[in-house]
Amino acid sequence: MLLIDDLHVSIGDSEILSGVSLEVPDGEIHAVMGPNGSGKSTLAHVLAGRDPYEVTAGRVLYEGVDLLAMVPEERAAAGVFLGFQHPVEIPGVPTMYFLRTALNAQRRARGQEELGPVEFLALVDAKRRLVEMERALLDRAVNDGFSGGERKRNEILQMLILEPRLAVLDETDSGLDIDALRVVAAGVTTLRSPDRSALVITHHQRLLDHLVPDRVHVLAGGRIVRSGGPDLAAELEAHGYATLGGPAVESLTVSTGTVSTGTAR
Amino acid sequence: MTAMARPATARRPPSGAAVGMAVQVPERASEPGWLKAARQRAATWVDAHGFPTTKHEDWRYTKLDAVLAVPLAAPPEGAAEDGQASLSSGDLPAPHLGGSRVVVVNGWIVPELSAIGVALPGGVRVESLASALQADDGRLEQSWARHVGGYPHALRALNDAAVCDAVVIDLPPGAVVEDPIEVVFVSLPASEASWWHPRLVVVAGAGSSATLVETYLSVPGGPSVTNAVTQVHLGAGAQLAHYVLQGERRDSLHFSSLEARLGPASRLSSRLLATGGRIGRHEVDVVLAGEGADVELDGLFLVGAGQHHDNPVLVDHAAPGCTSRQLYKGVVSGDGHGVFNGHLVVRPGADGTDAAQVNKNLLLSEQAEVDTRPRLEINADDVACSHGAAVGQLDPDALFYLRARGVPEREARVVLVSGFAHEILERFGSGAIRQRAEELATAAGLIVLDEDGHPGGIATCAATGSRRGGLSQ
Ligand SMILES: Nc1ncnc2c1ncn2[C@@H]1O[C@H](COP(=O)(O)OP(=O)(O)OP(=O)(O)O)[C@@H](O)[C@H]1O
Ligand SMILES: [Mg+2]
Repeated sequence: MLLIDDLHVSIGDSEILSGVSLEVPDGEIHAVMGPNGSGKSTLAHVLAGRDPYEVTAGRVLYEGVDLLAMVPEERAAAGVFLGFQHPVEIPGVPTMYFLRTALNAQRRARGQEELGPVEFLALVDAKRRLVEMERALLDRAVNDGFSGGERKRNEILQMLILEPRLAVLDETDSGLDIDALRVVAAGVTTLRSPDRSALVITHHQRLLDHLVPDRVHVLAGGRIVRSGGPDLAAELEAHGYATLGGPAVESLTVSTGTVSTGTAR
Repeated sequence: MTAMARPATARRPPSGAAVGMAVQVPERASEPGWLKAARQRAATWVDAHGFPTTKHEDWRYTKLDAVLAVPLAAPPEGAAEDGQASLSSGDLPAPHLGGSRVVVVNGWIVPELSAIGVALPGGVRVESLASALQADDGRLEQSWARHVGGYPHALRALNDAAVCDAVVIDLPPGAVVEDPIEVVFVSLPASEASWWHPRLVVVAGAGSSATLVETYLSVPGGPSVTNAVTQVHLGAGAQLAHYVLQGERRDSLHFSSLEARLGPASRLSSRLLATGGRIGRHEVDVVLAGEGADVELDGLFLVGAGQHHDNPVLVDHAAPGCTSRQLYKGVVSGDGHGVFNGHLVVRPGADGTDAAQVNKNLLLSEQAEVDTRPRLEINADDVACSHGAAVGQLDPDALFYLRARGVPEREARVVLVSGFAHEILERFGSGAIRQRAEELATAAGLIVLDEDGHPGGIATCAATGSRRGGLSQ
């Protein structure tokens, strides 16, 4: 599904990702954890095609094709979805209109028929119930005045409507109450299938308790410093990032040369 | 709140040099003596003062050179007949708004295209100048006498001098007109003259209420100049919902002035959607003359390549306890130029004034230009006045958000511009007037001009319903 190979990313003069390598096979959910500022959102944004990140080396293959060569809307139509850590407000654009524009744009790009208003309404009604969102919220402008939790639910609603093959969720669980967390987990689980995958960025083990990822990766100092099974999340929860592979995170960021990627167990 | 110690003067007459252009005053034996005299007085004023130049405060950004190159002549009676044969009711904007419709072609009412007297309760009159003059009790005379002390500028005087016909709407006290009264101003190219001076006079008696929609269109041909004046006089407690849809072709030159005088506890809402013309200037002069009057002014101007739109808005709080709200939004693309010139005056004694003025603009290209000039003159105590102005570009985060959801860049821009415009368009209600406004905004095509000013397709974003060709361009 997704192969990230030695990815180096800079903004201006500063390198933020320094050789990230990661593979997410079909049907798997992988979690990415790591300290604040370690580059998790940068990785997510680069996968979605955000400016002004500059890829200086490495490659990303999505279903065998060069993802980095595609513009953002092509990636979306090909099935890549980014759940934003900070979903954007779009004043004056009703959420329903936004959702329909997005879905139909993707369908057009894939050569499928656009959905008419009636079918679309039925689809939205079914999906919004899954995320326990009131219809009234969807008549409001996109994320305009939405609470933090409502925005995250809205991200999950969009994911359920667009049905991506690869969902990259950037801290979709942050700031959620217990019920919302369950909703988010259920949303991701709904999409779980042998031909869909997810890359879930999170700071908390509680989401992973619901989701049970196939792999957990730790991003620190611009690299994956450790990968493991679901238990790794529990270990991090108990001991923090400082104990990873011995050296403290601070020293990891300055002496990345001492840590080999992907092999620590 | 901002206060400036400036004398509370409204627009002063320009001191521009007289332009060597003779104003022709229509000679009509049937007209009463006062009107002949008023026409002559106005023509003399134009000769004496000339047309405003960019040295004049209110005309800083709007040059009249192109306008004055169009031969200035009063259209003869029947000027409309030349071209009106080519017009049919199918060319007029749809859907019908359900009430009376008056179609004015080149300054003359065309009864054959109009539906006057539809859905009008007893006592409400919608009529031509000639007909109104027969039954006039002095109110029309007042309408011509309002600038006896001097005109704000020559175009207003010119309308007084050269107006052919007028649409006169009279609402007796307490009259309630449910369905919108629509006046459609059509500019057809004609051989004799290309200046039209349409006029609309609304006198709303105490406690009356109505909705009025003005639509401006033009058909292909040579350049024409529309110089329209709309006068609104609201009696105590009267209410008028007023809409202007200005969408002439890009070779037209459009000047209009809304002159409104609000009596005690009356209420005016006036909403403008302006997309047409090479030049579009939409003056608004509102005098809050009676205690507790309330005015809401909203404007959306969509200015594309080669276009210049100017919005001089004067709100004059002359009585205590009045409220005014202004929200103007501009979207400018290509090398278009938009101007908002908002002038708020609070007269001595107008205590308890509550006034707000907001102007927001979106620039879609490097060459697009906006000038926004809020001016406040506050000469009373105990007032609440706020104003704000903003000029910005499309939000890159929002643009990326849409693209990351699969919306192609061009379409994403359209969505964002529509979102910006939405705040004004939604004030056009939810019925047929709103539909007309959405269609005009869409037909303007401007909202899909991309960074380089190239016009793009709009199909993917068009609102429901079909777009009309023909006149609405
Ligand atoms: N546009 C930008 N310009 C400059 N620096 C940036 C920009 N975006 C990110 N950075 C820097 O890159 C580093 C990584 O940021 P990123 O947002 O990817 O971290 P993160 O792992 O997602 O952190 P968090 O857990 O707090 O969300 C940070 O030091 C951040 O300041
Ligand atoms: Mg982050």
